[in-house]
Amino acid sequence: MSVDVERELAELKAKVESTPGTGNKLTMVVFSGGLDRQIAAMIIATGAAAMGMEVVLFFTFWGTAALRDPAKHVSGKNMISKMFGFMLPKGRNALKLSQMHMAGMGTAMLKGLMKKKNVASLDQLFEVAGELAVKIYICEMSMDLMGFRKEEMIQYPNLEVCGVATMLAHAKESSLQFFI
Amino acid sequence: MADYTIAKTLDYKGLACPMPVVKISQQIGTVSVGEVIEVHTTDPGSLADFPAWAKTMGHAIVETKQESGLIKIFVKRMK
Repeated sequence: MSVDVERELAELKAKVESTPGTGNKLTMVVFSGGLDRQIAAMIIATGAAAMGMEVVLFFTFWGTAALRDPAKHVSGKNMISKMFGFMLPKGRNALKLSQMHMAGMGTAMLKGLMKKKNVASLDQLFEVAGELAVKIYICEMSMDLMGFRKEEMIQYPNLEVCGVATMLAHAKESSLQFFI
Repeated sequence: MADYTIAKTLDYKGLACPMPVVKISQQIGTVSVGEVIEVHTTDPGSLADFPAWAKTMGHAIVETKQESGLIKIFVKRMK
């Protein structure tokens, strides 16, 4: 009798553990390259990590430009890649607000306001995210489309390049999935 | 009310969301189970966020004091 109960319990446990969306985990797709949206993404990511969640960020499309390191240069790019590299923001400190950018005035004003009110900057948020072991993946296809190389991306603990399947595998295990 | 002793006092004055919660999550492990950390913050959001964080993480807010321009939150490590 007790053996039966134990076996059933083990089966039930295995079932619960393999059920999608039960992990204490947040998977977030960071699609947008706007300063405001990137700040929101990083606040949610660091907040979730502070709440004891495993956090996985998947930077794709316009979001990838936020991970560029302005100090790094890669040679040997073709014309179109060079053009993308020139047109897109070089790193998180070159991002513009998605609204009220006003030729740079709005963005500068918001950055000033954030400093005055002691709101953490993207630099600080990325640092904290690293400390809290927030995992960051970069979408391989977006990097390829825009001509970005892994070598020109920021130094971040365990920064990895992946495809949609990796993101979905993480999302399936997560109890929270966000898209920003 | 004060049937506990403060193991540590942390100054989070001036910090804004999400930093107070991020910092307490990094600090809670530095005291022993049952000990209390006194947090000083000026972020009004912390009044809601600390209890939410504590509930999720299985810790306890044993007391909250609001003085002029300063919030004191007493966090007890439960596990």
